[in-house]
Formats: sequence, C-alpha cells, structure tokens
Amino acid sequence: MRILVTVKFVPDLQSQRSFTDGAVTRTGDDGTMNELDENAVEAALQLREAAGEGEVYALTVGGDDAVAAVRKALQLGVDHALHVADASVAGSDVFGTAKVLAAAVRKVHDEAPLDLVITGMAALDGLTSMLPTALAAELDWSQLTLASGLTIDGATATVVRNLPDAHETVSAPLPAVVSVTDEANTPRYPNFKLIMAARSKPVTTWTLEDLGVDAATVGAAAARTVVVDASPRPPRENRTVVTDTGEGGAALADFLIERGLA
Amino acid sequence: MSTVAVLVESRDGSVTQPTFEALTLARTLGTPVAVWIGAAPAPAEAARLGIHGAEEVRVVDAGDAARLPAAAAAALGAATADADVVLVISTFVNKEIVTRLALATGAGVVVDASDAEMVDGHVETLQTVFAATWNVRTRIATDKAIVGIRPNTTQASPGETPGAATLVEVAADLPETRELVTGVEPVPAPDGVPLAEAPVVVSGGRGTNGDYTLVRELAELLGGAVGASRDATDEGWISHEHMVGQTGTTVTPALYVACGISGAVHHRGGMQASGTIVAVNIDPDAPIFEIADFGVVGDLGDVIPQAIARIKEVRGS
Ligand SMILES: Cc1cc2nc3c(=O)[nH]c(=O)nc-3n(C[C@H](O)[C@H](O)[C@H](O)COP(=O)(O)OP(=O)(O)OC[C@H]3O[C@@H](n4cnc5c(N)ncnc54)[C@H](O)[C@@H]3O)c2cc1C
Ligand SMILES: Cc1cc2nc3c(=O)[nH]c(=O)nc-3n(C[C@H](O)[C@H](O)[C@H](O)COP(=O)(O)OP(=O)(O)OC[C@H]3O[C@@H](n4cnc5c(N)ncnc54)[C@H](O)[C@@H]3O)c2cc1C
Repeated sequence: MRILVTVKFVPDLQSQRSFTDGAVTRTGDDGTMNELDENAVEAALQLREAAGEGEVYALTVGGDDAVAAVRKALQLGVDHALHVADASVAGSDVFGTAKVLAAAVRKVHDEAPLDLVITGMAALDGLTSMLPTALAAELDWSQLTLASGLTIDGATATVVRNLPDAHETVSAPLPAVVSVTDEANTPRYPNFKLIMAARSKPVTTWTLEDLGVDAATVGAAAARTVVVDASPRPPRENRTVVTDTGEGGAALADFLIERGLA
Repeated sequence: MSTVAVLVESRDGSVTQPTFEALTLARTLGTPVAVWIGAAPAPAEAARLGIHGAEEVRVVDAGDAARLPAAAAAALGAATADADVVLVISTFVNKEIVTRLALATGAGVVVDASDAEMVDGHVETLQTVFAATWNVRTRIATDKAIVGIRPNTTQASPGETPGAATLVEVAADLPETRELVTGVEPVPAPDGVPLAEAPVVVSGGRGTNGDYTLVRELAELLGGAVGASRDATDEGWISHEHMVGQTGTTVTPALYVACGISGAVHHRGGMQASGTIVAVNIDPDAPIFEIADFGVVGDLGDVIPQAIARIKEVRGS
C-alpha cells in the first residue's frame, strides 16, 4: 500500500488570524498543520498498519515555513516528507494549488505507483473543500470525497459519504483521491520516540522546475480570483451579559421581544 | 445584460428557500435563468421560479448519475454554456460540482459568498472568513464566474416583472465515471425548516446533558431549527445533521441561541456571522459570551423555561 497524504500549513485557529496585502499572514510561530489533515494522516497510517507493509508520504505546497506541516506528519509516523516551496506559487487559487500538488503526486507515482492520495475535508483557512475534487480531476483518478469511512478491497476503494439528504456508499478503482472527514477516525498523538526519530528524517524540497510546472500557469499571475480587499470585521457593539439571579430568563425574553425576534 | 444561471435545489419536488434567495440576487447581476437537474418540475414549482425572476427553467434529466459530481457538472455545464455567471447554493456537494465545471470552462470560483455584485463587468464577492472575524472582497477575473452563495444572506423577494419561466429541455453528454454509487440511504427530512435555511437556530451543547426538550421547545416557539455542538452529536444525543460549526453546517440566521455551548473556535466558525447571538451558559468565562449580543450567566434549566413562559405571556396579552 503506497499512500500520499496532502497536508496544508495554516494559521493556528487559536491565534489572531489576519491578512496582509490580501493574503493570509503565515508565520512559523502561529502556523501549524491543518487540523483536519490529521484525519488524513491517521487514515493512511491505519491502512499501512492493517496491510503490514507500505509507505506513506506527506506533501505540502507552501512557503518556507510550511515545512512545519510535513514535520508534524513525520512526528505522527509518515515515512517521507515532501515540500514544494517556490515563490511563484504564492497567491494561487484552488486550481493553481491543485496543479502543483498534482505534479508532485505524479512525480512520486512515476517512481513507483501510488494507490491513494488522501486529503483532509477542508483546510481551516481557505475552507473551500474544493481542492480534493480539483486534484482528482487534474490527476484523472477516481474521486471519493467527504468519506466518513474508507475500506480497500483489492484494487477497489469504497467510501461512505454522509450528505445532508442521504448516506451514500461509493466505490471506485484505485488509484483514487480520497478526502476524509473528521468523523472518519480519531487522530493519534505523536509519541516521544517518533518525535525524536522525526528530527533526523529528511524533507525533500522541490521547486516548480523540479516538477516541470510552468510558473506562469500558477500563482497570483494565473489566479482566476483576486482578493481586492480584506478588512477585520468590527466587533459586536452594545453587548450585554447578565447574571441570573432569578430574572435571567425574563431578561432574555425581553431582549428578544425588544429586537423583534420573539 | 448578462445571463445568470441559478442551480435549483429542491426537496421532495419543492424548490428550497435558498434557491429563491439566489434568484433574487441573480436579478441584481443580470437576467436569471433557473437550471433544474432531474425529471421536469411540477408546473407550480416552475411558476414559483418565474415569480422570482427566472426567464427560463432549463431542465436536464441526468437520472441517478447526477449523484456523482462529474456527471452533475456535465449536466450543469450543458445548461449554462451561454451563462456569464453561475450561482449555486454553497453546499459541500455543490462545491464539488462547480470545481469540475470550473475546470471544464476556465471559470473562476468563489464559494461561501455572502453577496455578489457586478463591478466594471466583473463579479465581485463578499466572504466572511476566519470564523467571521474578517471580510474579504474578491474579484473574479475570468469572463465566466461561478459563485457559491450561503443561505440566509439575501432576502428573497418576487421580481417586479415576473419571468416567463418557459421550460426548456437540455440534453447532456454525461461522462464515463469510474465511481459507482452502490448504496443510497435517504436521511429523513427534518421536521420544519432545515438548519442551514432557518431564520432562527436554537442550539444545545454538552450543557444540556443530553436533554433537548427545552432547546426544542424554544426553537419551536421562535419558529427555528435545532442545532448542536459536536460534543453533543459525538455523544449521540442528537444526529450529526444538527451539528453547527466549521465541519458541520454553517448557519447565518437572524437569531442564534447557544444553550450550554462553550463557544470553541470550531463551533464559532459555523455561526459567528449570525445576525443576533444569544448565549446561556453557567460559566461566566465561557468564550461564547465574547461574541454574544446578549448573554445570561445561569443554568439553562432555569433560564430557558422562564424565557419561554415570558414570551408566551407577552404574546398572549
Ligand atoms: C479565506 C480564503 C478564501 C479563499 N477562497 C477561495 C475561493 O473562493 N476560490 C479559490 O479558487 N481560491 C480561494 N482561496 C485560495 C485557496 O484557499 C488556496 O488555493 C488553497 O491552497 C486551496 O484551497 P483550500 O485552502 O480552500 O483547501 P480545501 O479544499 O479546503 O482543502 C482540502 C484539503 O486539501 C489539501 N490542501 C489544500 N491546500 C494544500 C496545500 N497548499 N498543500 C497541501 N495540501 C493542501 C489539504 O489536505 C486539505 O485538507 C481562498 C483562500 C483563503 C485563505
Ligand atoms: C478538527 C475539529 C473540528 C471540529 N468541528 C466542530 C464543529 O464543526 N462544531 C462544533 O460544535 N465543534 C467542533 N469541534 C469540537 C469543538 O472543538 C468543541 O470541542 C465543541 O464545540 C464543544 O462542544 P460544547 O460547547 O457542547 O461542549 P463544552 O466545551 O464542554 O461546553 C459545554 C458548556 O456548557 C456549559 N454548561 C454546563 N452545564 C450547563 C448548564 N446546566 N446550563 C448552562 N450551561 C451549562 C459549560 O459551562 C460549558 O461552557 C471540532 C473539533 C476539532 C478538533
């Protein structure tokens, strides 16, 4: 079983997230591996463990600081770390990002075939959930997205998709791009031994040239969408907090009635 | 005038409220046409689309294949070849469909938008991001634009001059797909308004201790839907469809009431853009109070029944 997991470097949810010149501020101090990619890593590790053999790659596309995302994946137990770092990627939209990720996946796949690419269900900054579909389309592989369950039987992958109107079961031949939801599993914590071992594991760094991607086809220059303004929302004004001493419910009701909400 | 295609969402054959919101928004961008994927709609439903401005209802019957994003994208593409703007409701499934459509057409896409307007011939969108702490305005630079719009961000209204809503059948060449849907287990429709569309959402978290009686009663009284935190759905107290948050349903009702919910950032990400936020929590330091317009520090077992009684009393008088 050969699996590649995509992991994104995102601002920590608990930090003061912000934009600088229309782009997300990404610094090593407040950045981390996207939490939902822990589910992707976990899914890959479980498949490797169940098969008793195989290799798991972690891949990130991002600036120099983004290496922290694949380092985290190494600590969780993946075998290899890949980082595409190239200034020309900055400002990519979903399609530019997918093109670069696909080129890196192909490079690994050409050396020895992969069975699966596993992604998170969303990156907790962009939150578009579009990338897994775009990646499957770029690669022209099977698309099995939003999986809350994943099983592999021979050369076929089967997933369960919990959609608002129905729970679907979908099967497709490998190789496939699978995105897993946070219901799919419970991610493990890195243990001391793995943290120590991760320190000495190498991270392979690629540029667009290494991947044979024309810089003009990705990044801000090729982006179909352009952020023209980003500004902090003003905090809510006139906030009231009362302590219930027997009248709290009535106060709540009065507030709702006053605002025409009840 | 630009042609603005709106992908219709329906439930049991009836057009959903967010579709009428999207048609209302579409009228400000150009000439709306509605796209219906499935067997032709009942005449009354087509008429309702017309009342909200649809000049045409383009029907693409792709059969069961339409469950697969690639097939649905081909169907949508066949019906929107002439459209300058394609508007869809921003759901997980539609995000997959428009990604495929964008790759096929070269269109730029913005999803989770709360508004869209034409500026110098290009669509510009508004999004609230980072758990609704930032506003982002984005220009779609391509000639064709695709926008995923959030429910409850436009007030639906009938058009001044109702559209003709002529039914037009469109044939689609469906692609061969590798994926095969081998099972579909329908989820029973919620009683009342679905979470994402509800004008009022009353949510309960771990603080309910699994008893949703009061939460449901208040929701019903206010004409709203019942929401929950992930801890509550994980406990199995209420089904997953009720989960509000970044990985659940994002809601923007006029009123959001959080009962016994701490206000973790994952939860806030799915409700922070709501109109008015009210919180009831026994812990004065709960982070939910930082974003609440009105908060009550107290036991929800005391506060909610009193609020319900008061509202009934005022309404009765
Ligand atoms: C606030 C905000 C709004 C945006 N809105 C749009 C928009 O509407 N349209 C648009 O075209 N672009 C948009 N972008 C740009 C887009 O986020 C990036 O191109 C991004 O790399 C891919 O989309 P995502 O982060 O939404 O990923 P998602 O599709 O939400 O991520 C799913 C999974 O893909 C993988 N993944 C995503 N990015 C990477 C990466 N760089 N490296 C490794 N794995 C990755 C992860 O496994 C992740 O869990 C937006 C960005 C931001 C910050
Ligand atoms: C990757 C990831 C994604 C996640 N996505 C989501 C998501 O989409 N949605 C989501 O909700 N969570 C999500 N979570 C979980 C989230 O981090 C929190 O754990 C969760 O929201 C907490 O739920 P809660 O507020 O009900 O419980 P708690 O945090 O335990 O809070 C319960 C609150 O109830 C109060 N309380 C107790 N008794 C009473 C009483 N009698 N009266 C009044 N108040 C009382 C307590 O003071 C406390 O503040 C996610 C987590 C992860 C890691």
